[in-house]
Amino acid sequence: MRRALLAGLVIGALALSGGQAAHAAGETADVPDQDWQHEGVFGSFDRGELQRGFQVFQEVCSACHSLQYIAFRNLVEIGFTADEAKAIAAEYEVEDGPDDEGEMFDRTARLSDYWPSPFANDNEARYANGGALPPDLSLITKAREGGADYIYALMTGYEEEAPEGMEMADGMNFNHFFPGQQIAMVAPLYDEAVEYVDGTPMTLEQHARDVTAFLSWAAEPELEERKETGLKVLIFVFVLTAVLFVIYRRVWARLH
Amino acid sequence: MTTPVPQNRVAQWIEYRLPVFSWTNKHLIDYPAPRNLNYWWNFGSLAGFMLVLQIVTGVVLAMHYTPHADHAFDSVEHIMRDVEWGWLMRYLHANGASMFFAVVYIHLFRGLYYGSYKSPREILWWMGVIILLLMMASAFMGYVLPWGQMSFWAATVITNMTSAIPWIGETVVTWLWGGFSVDHPTLVRFYALHYLLPFVIFAVVFIHLWALHHRKSNNPLGIDIKSDKDTIPFHPYYTVKDMFGLGVMMFILLLFTFYMPNVLGEVINYEKANPLQTPAHIVPEWYFLPFYAILRAIPDKLGGVVAMAASILILFILPWLDTSRVRSARFRPIYKWAFWVFVVDCIALGWVGANTPEGNFIWIGQVTTGYYFAHFLIVVPLIGKFERPTKVPESIHQAVLKGGEGAGEAAAAGAAGAAAAPASGEQS
Repeated sequence: MRRALLAGLVIGALALSGGQAAHAAGETADVPDQDWQHEGVFGSFDRGELQRGFQVFQEVCSACHSLQYIAFRNLVEIGFTADEAKAIAAEYEVEDGPDDEGEMFDRTARLSDYWPSPFANDNEARYANGGALPPDLSLITKAREGGADYIYALMTGYEEEAPEGMEMADGMNFNHFFPGQQIAMVAPLYDEAVEYVDGTPMTLEQHARDVTAFLSWAAEPELEERKETGLKVLIFVFVLTAVLFVIYRRVWARLH
Repeated sequence: MTTPVPQNRVAQWIEYRLPVFSWTNKHLIDYPAPRNLNYWWNFGSLAGFMLVLQIVTGVVLAMHYTPHADHAFDSVEHIMRDVEWGWLMRYLHANGASMFFAVVYIHLFRGLYYGSYKSPREILWWMGVIILLLMMASAFMGYVLPWGQMSFWAATVITNMTSAIPWIGETVVTWLWGGFSVDHPTLVRFYALHYLLPFVIFAVVFIHLWALHHRKSNNPLGIDIKSDKDTIPFHPYYTVKDMFGLGVMMFILLLFTFYMPNVLGEVINYEKANPLQTPAHIVPEWYFLPFYAILRAIPDKLGGVVAMAASILILFILPWLDTSRVRSARFRPIYKWAFWVFVVDCIALGWVGANTPEGNFIWIGQVTTGYYFAHFLIVVPLIGKFERPTKVPESIHQAVLKGGEGAGEAAAAGAAGAAAAPASGEQS
């Protein structure tokens, strides 16, 4: 057992050092596996973490990224009360209309409104971001190989300086995990990037974990219901199938 | 046994006008099935169940889906997030497609192993091949509907294949697209056809079953039913066995649906279709990978398309390519090996199809493609000529009553050691 553990450690270390070597060669690093509370058969989200993650999204990410499939009403699902969600919505203005005179007008956002995009369209978004388009984040953990692990790795994978010998394009930043290792997005998170009120340590890693958990929820808001239902359904089907097997054997025992 | 004529007067009234009771009795209750069918014979009914499940979940999805290039992706997210149990319907439908192909492939290979395509079941076999082709068309068009990146680019690659047809190719592609690129008109017509084709499949399944019930099921011994002693009534014996098989299949399908709903999909399809940005790798769903490998194995575009089409169409003439008159591989010592080599070849093709055609994958793809066709055109015809089949049992009940299928097989194999009987008389 101990030997196996040791062997595992050695292999792990080798794999890690291999990864480091690959960096130097300018190849994208392998995404390290993280533990997430929403993984596995009994996976569920931590409401406190989701709300901190929402705070990170709201104060940092939402400056450039949209979250088009999440409405203010959905915030109730991550533990906000309806009044709190209304208050959050009230911080935003959305365009509505036309009114009786045919004019479009701005009004305070309601629960039924979707998260407003920071830019009017893709062209504006590109123009404001040096030609790069910040992707919508509502499906991001499903739309990237590596899922939540990848997003966490990306958030924590920046280096101030590119390794020696690597030519960086204008305005690009070095990140171990982004394909090609050059990313237009500036390192968005750092220690104390967001001020938590619940006493959680305000480290880069914590911010990254929280916002990744939030984005995992945004991509799969059905996850908890899916896993809870799945467990019941699978137990039921398993028992039913076992019963059917017994019936099948008994019916066939009549044959000679 | 139930009596064919019902006692109840209402039932009698109906029976006189539409013989539902005697029909049900004939085809689902007293229907004589070989008594020695093994678990591989479960997969036909499982495929039938999957078709129904796909239609049911598909109809529900159609009620909430919007077939429009600008709204399709959003409407799928609407189904996932806002429709009551919408995520379950969509994940069941998406993973159900994979399950459907898995059971159909096993069903098909069952037929290859036990010689179910041989006389008098050629038309039954043809109907099966037609069902497979229709399923492929349905699955491909269904995959386009969410209008994600892979939806769009798969549609572009596959429809572009028709441009390889000499002279009229380009015109045909434009006609398929309803324009000059894959766009809204393409999406809408794919939606219409994706809704239509399952019902066409349903009709062909009916013919498939008609032919089946006319000549009855093949069986692991591959010999004909000779007397009542060889058969047992479908109900309760095979109804209960099919129910058990259904439970096992549903467990697997639901495991995927609830706990790994996206492992068989491509992550890039959770990004909206973007005609200006080609994904790094365009790969089809797993069930198309072997055919994708065949397509890419031929360096010529038209040649690749022809080879891919031929890889399925060749199944139509298989009943005549196989020169052996013994159906079941149990009594065919060489074919049995050739069968498993062919299975490995198909899996290798799938593996090649999943990888970028570079380096070793190029020659592996060409060798496995070559062997795929050689299996049908050279190996199978030659084995039939030179193979000496082992002794085939006299009848199903004799083989079975010696103490189960396994013993029957062992006895047959033992008896075969000395002189292989010429395969005559037994098979008709």
